[in-house]
Amino acid sequence: MSGVMMTKLPVQTAPKIEVRERQQPTTPSQTDSGKTKVAVRDLNFFYGRSQALHNISIEIPERIVMAFIGPSGCGKSTFLRTLNRMNDVIPATRVEGKVLIDDRDIYAAGTDVVALRRRVGMVFQKSNPFPKSIFDNVAYGLRINRLTGSSSELAGRVEEALKDAALWSEVKDRLKTSALSLSGGQQQRLCIARALAIRPEVLLMDEPASALDPIATSKIEELIFDLKKQYTIIIVTHNMQQAARVSDTTAFFLLGKLIEVNPTEKMFTAPNEKLTEDYITGRFG
Amino acid sequence: MTEITKSSDQVRRLTSAVMTSLTALCTLLAIGILLVILTYIAWQGIGSLSLRFLIDSPHPVGEGGGIGNAILGSVVLLALSSAFGLPIGIAVGIYLSEVGKGRLAGAVRFLVDTLTGIPSIVTGVFVYAILVLPMKQFSAFAGGVALALIMIPIVARTTEEMLRLVPHSLREGALALGAPQWRVTMGVILPATASGIATGAMLAIARVSGETAPLLFTAFGSRFFSTYLDRPIASLTVQIYNYAISPYDDWHAQAWAATLVLMTLILGINIIVRFLTRKRF
Repeated sequence: MSGVMMTKLPVQTAPKIEVRERQQPTTPSQTDSGKTKVAVRDLNFFYGRSQALHNISIEIPERIVMAFIGPSGCGKSTFLRTLNRMNDVIPATRVEGKVLIDDRDIYAAGTDVVALRRRVGMVFQKSNPFPKSIFDNVAYGLRINRLTGSSSELAGRVEEALKDAALWSEVKDRLKTSALSLSGGQQQRLCIARALAIRPEVLLMDEPASALDPIATSKIEELIFDLKKQYTIIIVTHNMQQAARVSDTTAFFLLGKLIEVNPTEKMFTAPNEKLTEDYITGRFG
Repeated sequence: MTEITKSSDQVRRLTSAVMTSLTALCTLLAIGILLVILTYIAWQGIGSLSLRFLIDSPHPVGEGGGIGNAILGSVVLLALSSAFGLPIGIAVGIYLSEVGKGRLAGAVRFLVDTLTGIPSIVTGVFVYAILVLPMKQFSAFAGGVALALIMIPIVARTTEEMLRLVPHSLREGALALGAPQWRVTMGVILPATASGIATGAMLAIARVSGETAPLLFTAFGSRFFSTYLDRPIASLTVQIYNYAISPYDDWHAQAWAATLVLMTLILGINIIVRFLTRKRF
């Protein structure tokens, strides 16, 4: 397991450093780096009466991998789900504050949630392929959004998405078989392919590898690294090594508050906050 | 210490043995009663059973005759009630599981449960009042409506329960791809549990195929072949009832044979249900 990681580390770190040097800040103001894709201002989130998120403000630049870390129940997943309004489906929840994607507030009245989710894709912790064929799973988003004109175009987009998710070679001969016949790791990559097929601009990943074995995990991590070229990726993870391996920037959450945002390397070597250091070194959490 | 442990151990084993044999005994009793009923019906009914009995219409006492018209009538009534009852029941189930929230859904669920508990004869009298009286005629249509009213709550609740078994993550997965609610329900959730809903539907059909009381006031019964929806129509259950309360041994024998046919029909439906549920994706 560690062998796999070790061999990969240098390859992954090399290009990362450039990105990191371009974007320095701890504070939400990003000036000298890439364009800000997602900007969150004073976000509060409530499940009924209990407040799950307190005054979160963060800016996420385009085409980076941002990792959210923190102990269980700290609000990372809740926060992630506010970014594509997935929390809307949970009854009795309430949001205050702004989430700007390309400078447009997604909580503004009249926002088309369906269109938003088309732009902000999501991969869940537990792989959730539909009980349909492999092909139909990937084609689902394309079909419902009428993104393709002909069946050959559809097949092309499905193939492309499966290739992007590094699954094509394993499934190309059995696209018509049930998605549930795939292994756990393959199912998760299928879900990634499904999300990629509609070409979202932002990809949210909620602990995408937490239920996978190390080999499947490393495949997904490699994939995240490749996807960064085209997508802005926000990943929630419990695994700090994973955050260190895949992300450019890391945000640390604790008890519904955003404690610190920093380039990943700085975060794991010299964090600004004592709380971050305690968590990373395993003193709590 | 060890003595206490030992004696409590013995008590536990004894209790366990007694309870296990009690459950086994009760199971045997339940299965035994069922087997006795089935064999008795088969034994009583098989004598009068013949191909002619299955396709002929009733004749006067002592001249043979059959239950062909009743079989046809039952099929017509079941088709009618399914046509009304299944879509409405499934739609209510979808509402309860996917759409309705809060108090209204709670109220609907309570009403559906209440409806399940309504004695079927009450349903029959109700349909008699709202359909048969205004139309001034017993009819297959009224019979179908009465059976549909019995089916709706059963189908609604099984559909709701089946839909609830579909993991929430599937709904979220589809929503996250930009699918509107109705497409999630129709394209992902319903197909994911199609066999379960079909099971509920078949069980509801099996259930109403044994109903007699609601048909007495609605479809009424008939001694002739008929497929007219606005006229009285025969059914297996009403035919059995009429023959069973008659004073003639000949008709009693025919009632037994018709019962055997009805049991076989219900058994067949249940076998289809088992087949459908086994074929899961």
